[in-house]
Amino acid sequence: MTRRETVWLVAVVAAFALLACLPLLRHGYLLSIGVSVAMYTVLATSWALFSGPTHYISLATAAFYGIGAYVVAGGIGTLPYPVLVALAGVAGGVAAALTGIATLRLSGVYFVIFTLGLAELIRQIVTWVQNNFTGSRGLYVLTEITERTIYWELLALAAAVYLIGWWVARSRLGFALRIIGNDEVVAAHVGINSAACKLALFVISGIFAAMVGAVMAPRYTYIEPSIAFTAELSFQVVIMALLGGVHRLWGPLLGVIPFTILWEVIAARFPTQTVLLLGVAFLLIVYLIPNGVVGRLESAIKAASRRASHA
Amino acid sequence: MPEASVLELHAVSKRFGGLVAVDDLSFEVRENEVLGLIGPNGSGKTTVINLISGALRPSRGEIYLRDQMISDQPARAIARAGVARTFQLVRLLPSLTVAENVIAGAVFGHKRLWGGSARKYALRQLERVGMRHAVDAPTTSLTYIDEKRIELARALASDPAVLLLDEWLAGLNPTELQIGIELIRSLKAEGRTIVLVEHVMNAIRSVCDRCVVMNSGAKIAQGTPEAALAEKEVIRAYLGEDNA
Repeated sequence: MTRRETVWLVAVVAAFALLACLPLLRHGYLLSIGVSVAMYTVLATSWALFSGPTHYISLATAAFYGIGAYVVAGGIGTLPYPVLVALAGVAGGVAAALTGIATLRLSGVYFVIFTLGLAELIRQIVTWVQNNFTGSRGLYVLTEITERTIYWELLALAAAVYLIGWWVARSRLGFALRIIGNDEVVAAHVGINSAACKLALFVISGIFAAMVGAVMAPRYTYIEPSIAFTAELSFQVVIMALLGGVHRLWGPLLGVIPFTILWEVIAARFPTQTVLLLGVAFLLIVYLIPNGVVGRLESAIKAASRRASHA
Repeated sequence: MPEASVLELHAVSKRFGGLVAVDDLSFEVRENEVLGLIGPNGSGKTTVINLISGALRPSRGEIYLRDQMISDQPARAIARAGVARTFQLVRLLPSLTVAENVIAGAVFGHKRLWGGSARKYALRQLERVGMRHAVDAPTTSLTYIDEKRIELARALASDPAVLLLDEWLAGLNPTELQIGIELIRSLKAEGRTIVLVEHVMNAIRSVCDRCVVMNSGAKIAQGTPEAALAEKEVIRAYLGEDNA
């Protein structure tokens, strides 16, 4: 490990330790924002692990999130909670693998449409099953799990995402993905199995989204398909990741923090116009900061150092 | 005794709908040989390169690399088996540095290096093509011939059994052309096996051991450059009926 990496590692561990102390403030509103930020950080960062290098826009986050939430809701009476979270990860990974095998050979636009449709498809299936066989629309998730536990669990998932992202970036897999993102024809001719590389990252993002869904399930108390499989979640994750910047591991975080706070304000002030404002935010980000906050920061730093070297 | 054949095309055809781009083509490439693949525009040379490298799959016929049939394999498997190529229009990886562009050739293909050894090996290839000084430069700062050299270094980095150069000398000015021809000759001197698609006749005469001449997808002549280029059929294909 180089010196620079050691410094980073220490800084990141310290930051996580500090963030883990947030519940000790016993400030309910702050903690609920903390939960939102942590949740979107895991979702947006794991989303960007796949979409950043491949440029495939996945709208399947809600599908995997919903699967995770439903695994917990369905099994909470019979199996211990940690087992359910792990099972949710497995279910999300399998769902992502199946989706990926079927769709990653499709070109960009078709992939977007398919992933959007996937959440809706699963939601309709769950609704249909519940209407016909279980007799109730939703499921109760009654546990002793408190908001602060959820926060800590999400923080642990965030640490895991960053660890995996860091590992991927230094691995052959990460290098292969950078080549694929540059030129898929060259990738094939230097011996890279593009489909397998993309699939691996898509499965990782599916596992994380499902585990986040599983962790968040106790917070809802009552789960029904329209809550667990809401398409809005998929769009929010995309917007946050793009706002922050997808070509750096820590990029999405810089989108998640401002957007989550903004969203809290919007949801409180204009509860009926949220979707409209989401669309406007999406347009503004794509037009004004296509490379995200990170892109802006990096070009600013570059410009500053150029000025410094000229002076 | 003739050298063993490394690459063998056996009655290969490629159709695009009604168009026959390559028609029942057979030839072999021997160990340590530079084979020139020449012919007028649209005669199917680049298609042949695409068939060998797996960018396209033959409609009929087989291609063998030594004893291994590669014509039913995807491009990535053919690269691993030991075929490397450059592209008619240079394809560098713009967001990677020069060194990373070359390392890309050494990691996933015929050679499977990683980390320090991949970098060292890539640097040797850069040295080889005379681009050692540009190691950590961004690819956007390169001239055309330098881009071509980087692409060649990437192909060499996999230590290929067969190297396919698709009009590697096209678009170079006279000085660059000399550098380019010297470079290919030096690869030949090292014992590389090369298939060269080329329009530059000087290059063909000075580096190729043998030529295969194509017209309308079919082979119309083969042999040493002098003999092949002197054949009536070849002159007719290039210059028309009156000059034959």
